[in-house]
Amino acid sequence: MPNLILSRLTKTFGVTRALRDVSFTVAPGERIALLGHNGAGKSTLMKIVLGLIPFDGGMATVLGAAPGDRAARRQVAYLPENVAFHPALTGLEQIRTYLRLRGEAARDAMGLLDRVGLADAATRRIGTYSKGMRQRVGLAQALIGKPRLLVLDEPTSGLDPVSRRDFYATLDGLAADGASILLSSHALTEVEARTDRIVILSQGAMVANASLAQLRQQAALPIQMQVRARDGAADMVAESLGGARFNGATVNLNFAPDQKLARLTQVTALGALIEDVEVIPPSLEDIYSHFSKQVRP
Amino acid sequence: MNAILAISAAEFRIALRNRWVAIAVAMMALFSLVLTGAGSAPTGILGADRLSVTVASLTSLAVYLVPLVALLMSFDAIAGEVERGTLPLMLTYPLGRVEILLGNFIAHMLTLTLAVAIGYGLAAGVAIWADPRASAGVPAMVRLFWTSLILGAAFVAIGYAISVIARRPGAAAGLAIAIWLVLIVLYDLGLLAAVVTDDGGRFTTEIFPWLLVGNPADAFRLYNLSASDATAAAAGVGAAAHAIPPAYALASILLWPLLGLGLAVLAFRKVTS
Repeated sequence: MPNLILSRLTKTFGVTRALRDVSFTVAPGERIALLGHNGAGKSTLMKIVLGLIPFDGGMATVLGAAPGDRAARRQVAYLPENVAFHPALTGLEQIRTYLRLRGEAARDAMGLLDRVGLADAATRRIGTYSKGMRQRVGLAQALIGKPRLLVLDEPTSGLDPVSRRDFYATLDGLAADGASILLSSHALTEVEARTDRIVILSQGAMVANASLAQLRQQAALPIQMQVRARDGAADMVAESLGGARFNGATVNLNFAPDQKLARLTQVTALGALIEDVEVIPPSLEDIYSHFSKQVRP
Repeated sequence: MNAILAISAAEFRIALRNRWVAIAVAMMALFSLVLTGAGSAPTGILGADRLSVTVASLTSLAVYLVPLVALLMSFDAIAGEVERGTLPLMLTYPLGRVEILLGNFIAHMLTLTLAVAIGYGLAAGVAIWADPRASAGVPAMVRLFWTSLILGAAFVAIGYAISVIARRPGAAAGLAIAIWLVLIVLYDLGLLAAVVTDDGGRFTTEIFPWLLVGNPADAFRLYNLSASDATAAAAGVGAAAHAIPPAYALASILLWPLLGLGLAVLAFRKVTS
């Protein structure tokens, strides 16, 4: 059974429809990236899953219970966007408190802080921490116990590239142990290799729910090919391939994905006229904007 | 229970670091000592022991100071968490909202107990040192101590209700001061004006005693004064003290913390983030 089931989930704030009929599931061990512009409904969806706000229609089941149920809260970890803590407490004291709130032994705190690379700053007050350090305290508290569902709202904001990599490695370990991970992000480039499935929200509606490879296929965005001709052969190459010439020796071609092999055959047929060829697939940003532009009426 | 104590431990540590414990203790100690010094003059005239006189002075002080300290500590409890953005995360932990409030309550009551114990303890120490007969006033002092804590508990609880309802620390602070002004200062003035206007009519004899005992601060004063003959003379509203059985006053001060906490819990349940 999936750890998280959302079915036709709907939420309205006044006249704004924050979520419209959103349905998807997250299986144990699955890592899902929730993408969307600001205001697309990512945080709202997460808060509903956590039981922080009620929803108006549809159904949500978290680990077999209603969202926010104590049974659900025991096994769900949350990392809020821009996580904050009381500045007067040290990182160690804060994590010890969170451990006790989850019924775990407070002595595990140092181990958790070590895991997120904060062991050296553990006895300093959180008020002196940088944003990235606070984010890591947030991550440490999300690792407490053995959460079966992690809800992470923009978890890597404020983290440097190395910390980001460590962070995703930690997530991989949790997912390998069977935890479900639902994380939100602005950037498809970041979650590309680190998630199993991508859910894109646009104005509260779910416009995509598939792996990156499937999304690439569904979008069917044109592929670009840059063919560099030998000296003096550019015009001939441009003419025979029917592309636009630019930069003196390079010819640009745009075509649908299913024409890729046919186009390549054409290029190879020109043989000695060609110096080099480069195939550029649609960028992740292109794919993301393709889907996030789709809005149901 | 472990969760409640975990919150209490963190909150008490925060109160220590924010100097709240030090401020509360210093305030109570300073005012208690000043009053003890000022209250030494009439001892001979009244013939009461020095500690009983100190208790009378401290009762008048506590009515103002204990609710003020309690409100100043508690108004930020939930509103502060909302402002810092720490509340949503806390609400996703497997503990009830009642437990969050009780955790805060224990920490704030511990701070208040320290402040009141040190303040009154200093005053009692001076009185006993200066007057060998002062041990006669010990029961009154003990009663003042625990009733002060219950009075404080009432206003800590009211502070939480304010904190939850106001949501923002600024609004909560304003509301806390307004509640203090109304319940502690204006309420008595209003009653006094009404009694004067009424000139011994039905209001004065039938409604006024209930209005008096319904206010936690007045109930506190009534209970401490009615239970101690030596100090009755010292009180402005002392005359009313005899019209109301002390048990009613005691019931009122015991009920207020529960009422405040109940209101805070009800309001807190409605909070979504």
